[in-house]
Amino acid sequence: MTLSEKWAELRRRNEAGLVAYLMAGHPTLEKSFENMRTLAENGADFIEIGLPFSDPIADGPVIQEASNIGLANGADLDTVLAAARSMNGRVPLILMSYLNPLHRRGVNRVCRELKAAGFEGLIIPDLPADEAGQWSAACRKAGPDLIFLAAPTSPPDRLAKIAAASSGFVYCVSLTGTTGSRSAVAAGAEAFLRRMRGRTDKPLAVGFGVSTPEHVKRFSRLADGVIVGSRIVRAAAEGEDIAALVRSLKNATRHGARPKIRVRRGGPR
Amino acid sequence: MKLSQPDRRGYFGNYGGRYVPETVLPALDELDRAYRAMRKDRAFRRELGGLLRDTVGRPTPLTRVLRFPDGKGKTAIPRSAKTRRRGRTETRMYLKREDLCHTGAHKINNTIGQVLLARRMGKRRVIAETGAGQHGVATATACALFGLKCTVYMGSEDVRRQAMNVYRMQLLGAEVVPVESGTRTLKDAINEAMRDWVTRIRDTYYCIGSVVGPHPYPLMVRDFQSVIGLEVKQQILKEEGRLPDLLVACVGGGSNAMGLFHPFLDTDVPMVGVEAGGRGRQPGRHGATLCHGQPGVLHGALSYLLQDAKGQVLATHSVSAGLDYPGVGPEHAFLKDSGRIRYTSVPDEAALEAFHRLSEMEGILPALESSHALAYALRVCGKSPGSVLVVNLSGRGDKDLDIAGGRL
Repeated sequence: MTLSEKWAELRRRNEAGLVAYLMAGHPTLEKSFENMRTLAENGADFIEIGLPFSDPIADGPVIQEASNIGLANGADLDTVLAAARSMNGRVPLILMSYLNPLHRRGVNRVCRELKAAGFEGLIIPDLPADEAGQWSAACRKAGPDLIFLAAPTSPPDRLAKIAAASSGFVYCVSLTGTTGSRSAVAAGAEAFLRRMRGRTDKPLAVGFGVSTPEHVKRFSRLADGVIVGSRIVRAAAEGEDIAALVRSLKNATRHGARPKIRVRRGGPR
Repeated sequence: MKLSQPDRRGYFGNYGGRYVPETVLPALDELDRAYRAMRKDRAFRRELGGLLRDTVGRPTPLTRVLRFPDGKGKTAIPRSAKTRRRGRTETRMYLKREDLCHTGAHKINNTIGQVLLARRMGKRRVIAETGAGQHGVATATACALFGLKCTVYMGSEDVRRQAMNVYRMQLLGAEVVPVESGTRTLKDAINEAMRDWVTRIRDTYYCIGSVVGPHPYPLMVRDFQSVIGLEVKQQILKEEGRLPDLLVACVGGGSNAMGLFHPFLDTDVPMVGVEAGGRGRQPGRHGATLCHGQPGVLHGALSYLLQDAKGQVLATHSVSAGLDYPGVGPEHAFLKDSGRIRYTSVPDEAALEAFHRLSEMEGILPALESSHALAYALRVCGKSPGSVLVVNLSGRGDKDLDIAGGRL
């Protein structure tokens, strides 16, 4: 199922999509791929798999630590591709990787391999739209949807550029900072989402600092999807019941959802 | 050689660019605009020139060394008719004395410029990373001078081996944050500084210490450091009546080398960049990025990178904290590929020997980083009689006494 097919299904069901993140190889290789299936079976609409990297500059302490553990456990592109193949397309898979491991593999090859293994989306946090020419072309030709991040600091002309370049959805970063749980939703996040909504009809998913069912519920009203990362990674680290966690997060996408009023350019206010 | 490098997008040939999270990009745009305006602003250039003269102590001397090259302990009788005659057949070695800059290294040429810019941009808070501690001290000094708040990230391994510089930064009013992640050295200090910047992007200026990072940093830092090469050009013409036959500088991130080399790029003067050979060629035992790395993306730029087959960044080793870094500035990557500059490496032991030899023969304690360039100069100086060689003595060695002393 492609990302856009999944969004269409979610719209029919009148709910927001839950993008559940986990780190490959964390807490162990086997456990991370078992957790992937658990997430799929308990309501995750999309699964975002993090490829560990030695220098995760966009991540906070929880995912940094998971990345180190994943690396130590030998998770790499090959193990991730194999795990993706074993999912047989149950839910759309998205790879989150810093640029260098992908660059090393080669842009055309990596895009082909990802698509062949069943990845429908690709997020590269240190590849802004300006630098993505080659990657966009390779993804369009034979690869997964290339998803770009939009930030609260992005001025209007950049937001438009990101929206135009992004495929599958636009990843809206809720705050200025690294990934990780925050007790409260960032001030300004909602205004930012409205700004973004005024610029594109592409699905918007919001992430960074989204950790509780309350956050999910709140954002489900403003965005098409919510991305929960560090909270799930922490649960995996501490051996919490991941199934129960993802069910509670998914439920929040249903309760909050109501028919969306599509705001056109210019937006409210 | 195309001199209008980099292009508008920050590329030196294939290298450079802005590979950073989206949150940071608008800040880079803002910085680029501010820097380009500043470059043209005569009042700013005058202010910077004044500070370089009165605070940094520029121009720094170009010192001819007589005893260091042959190492025989010969009595130096400068400028006698005899030595001048002999001078024609020996290698004539000069040191560019960046060790005599205020705070003890070339780093302050850059931080004065960037902190001036930060103040002009209305930023109240400056952050920096540091390896050996010299860039941290130089940033803390510039911030003290202008009354800005300063936070310096430093790998905990470097905090341990460069304790004196930590204390200096604290005395200068800066907060030093030890970084415990990854390899606990310069690379991880940059990671943490970038995370801070992403978080407080609106009020914070990130003062990068080398010709690395996303555009416009490699351009900006190179420009601020080019004062080194510009002075050398004048000084050597005055001294020798001609351009030198070889320029040598050490390369970690590569700022002192870019500063020396850049004003000579449009000449045919040969140049050599000397990287940290560490304890051997095996991965993890050196910091010789241009010698042993492959193109990759780290800290915002596409450049050479020490990485494994899967694209994970490798640990590095060097006796000098300032060269203990797996990346290198993108302009160096470009200059390597173009063949304009040759890059080589020198092992820990040779650098330490050069450290002691310069101390004993000339009464100058060099930084261990600069000692790599000195060691290379020793290697080649007997080979072409009559040639004129300039080595960038990028910093002084006071910070390295514990490490060098431990090997006496």
